[in-house]
Amino acid sequence: MNEQPLLRVNSMTKYYGSRIGCRDVSFELWPGEVLAIVGESGSGKTTLLNNISTRLTPTSGTVEYRMRDGQFRDLYRMGEAERRFLMRTDWGFVHQNPADGLRMTVSAGANVGERLMAIGDRHYGDIRNTATRWLGRVEIDADRVDDQPRDFSGGMRQRLQIARNLVTGPRLVFMDEPTGGLDVSVQARLLDLVRSLVNDLGLSAIVVTHDLAVARLLSHRMMVMKDGYVIEQGLTDRVLDDPREPYTQLLVSSILQV
Amino acid sequence: MNTHGELATYNFAYLDEQTKRMIRRAILKAIAIPGYQVPFASREMPMPYGWGTGGVQVTAAVIGPDDTLKVIDQGADDTTNAVSIRAFFQKVTNVAVTTSTRQATIIQTRHRIPEEQLGENQILVYQVPIPEPLRFLEPRETETRKMHALEEYGLMHVKLYEDIARNGHIATTYAYPVKVEGRYVMDPSPTPKFDNPKMHMSQALQLFGAGREKRIYAIPPYTEVVSLDFEDHPFEVQTFKDPCALCAATGVYLDEVILDDKGSRMFVCSDTDHCENRRNEGHHGHLSGQALEAQQ
Repeated sequence: MNEQPLLRVNSMTKYYGSRIGCRDVSFELWPGEVLAIVGESGSGKTTLLNNISTRLTPTSGTVEYRMRDGQFRDLYRMGEAERRFLMRTDWGFVHQNPADGLRMTVSAGANVGERLMAIGDRHYGDIRNTATRWLGRVEIDADRVDDQPRDFSGGMRQRLQIARNLVTGPRLVFMDEPTGGLDVSVQARLLDLVRSLVNDLGLSAIVVTHDLAVARLLSHRMMVMKDGYVIEQGLTDRVLDDPREPYTQLLVSSILQV
Repeated sequence: MNTHGELATYNFAYLDEQTKRMIRRAILKAIAIPGYQVPFASREMPMPYGWGTGGVQVTAAVIGPDDTLKVIDQGADDTTNAVSIRAFFQKVTNVAVTTSTRQATIIQTRHRIPEEQLGENQILVYQVPIPEPLRFLEPRETETRKMHALEEYGLMHVKLYEDIARNGHIATTYAYPVKVEGRYVMDPSPTPKFDNPKMHMSQALQLFGAGREKRIYAIPPYTEVVSLDFEDHPFEVQTFKDPCALCAATGVYLDEVILDDKGSRMFVCSDTDHCENRRNEGHHGHLSGQALEAQQ
């Protein structure tokens, strides 16, 4: 494994006016590692994710990313053009609501192909073939390539969104509640898919979820957040099997058993 | 500057001098940055939006007493829009007007570029309804401006991709996006894509005015204008099976005219001046009336 982390977050703090979004969060993410951020609604999970992925600007703290040339760059000291380029080539962002991450009025093929066209691909046949191949990888039939995502089911939309993000071979993917709003069997298939893609492609991922089962299945390491603070972090199995903080114990014990 | 005694209340070319200066500044900036949409303080004009208020303001800002004005609408000099704008400028400037492309120094146009090649002494003013080529894909103005600034034009190809996916070929036939001088992607206003090649390295200055959207943009003379396409689906202009029914011209843009309710139709030059010139030169199509005259 690589000896340097992919992402370094140093004492990141975000205030909304006088309210705390998240406070003094520091961690490192290593290549190929999946980190889950768990906690209840309003605990600052999504704020943290948006701050790391440059969708929001933190009040203080730094986020450094190891570029493909091996150099660490502070994301907030980059030019906007470079940052946006990074976001659509080396990163992916999977939204909870697929409509936020997809273009609902253009075909599935164009949705997957958009990133390719953005980096200069100008051969229709090649773009379409790549798109079709990616639809296959996320278990969408090739004959749906010209259909619009609004004709797709929720699970298919989410899988399409994943394909759209992975087509440029990103090294880091952010996921905000990727299984939210899906029924359990579809959730299980999606998790299976994401897990195999992450393994095959050697992706690093940061997954925000309130569902501890998702964290258990996907992540190697997890952070538990409460009221904007990270109160506990460690290997997923350790945190879930042997929670130390009272709040984490409460969280783990409130999983429904059937 | 008032040259028309009866209309003492109007300044030359309707707009006051300060307004014309403001528009000229926008035009100069537009010429300096080919293809970039310059915001300007568009005025209310005595005609409704969609009738060419942007083009009229641009024309008013560049016209002088020595100019000769031609106004066309879909290539024709005699349609309502063209006639009323021409009458408007006759009234407020008293400049010479013409229907001849060659004699005009300023040509205000809606939907066409004249067939005859324009020269260095001419200005072509376009009336533009929606200046933003990315608008139907990205509704947020803040976002499209950013995309122009950072040259993020992948989205434009998404539209063309979608065309091919649905129709098997690029089905955009008008307002076909172009890249100007290798930098800005621009909407050439709703001219047919047939006219796109004429914009490339044009000797005439091309000015675009969008009144409702408050934008002016320009293509200076001898500027590179490239229509966007895919390597395996290159840009093509429309072709027509038959020549013009009146003047037998080929390689020009034709309009379809319905002749009766039994499905007969004819295709004639959309550029009326070009068609008339050719007929005066002795070219005749199969419906030009020659056969009838010969019978009588």
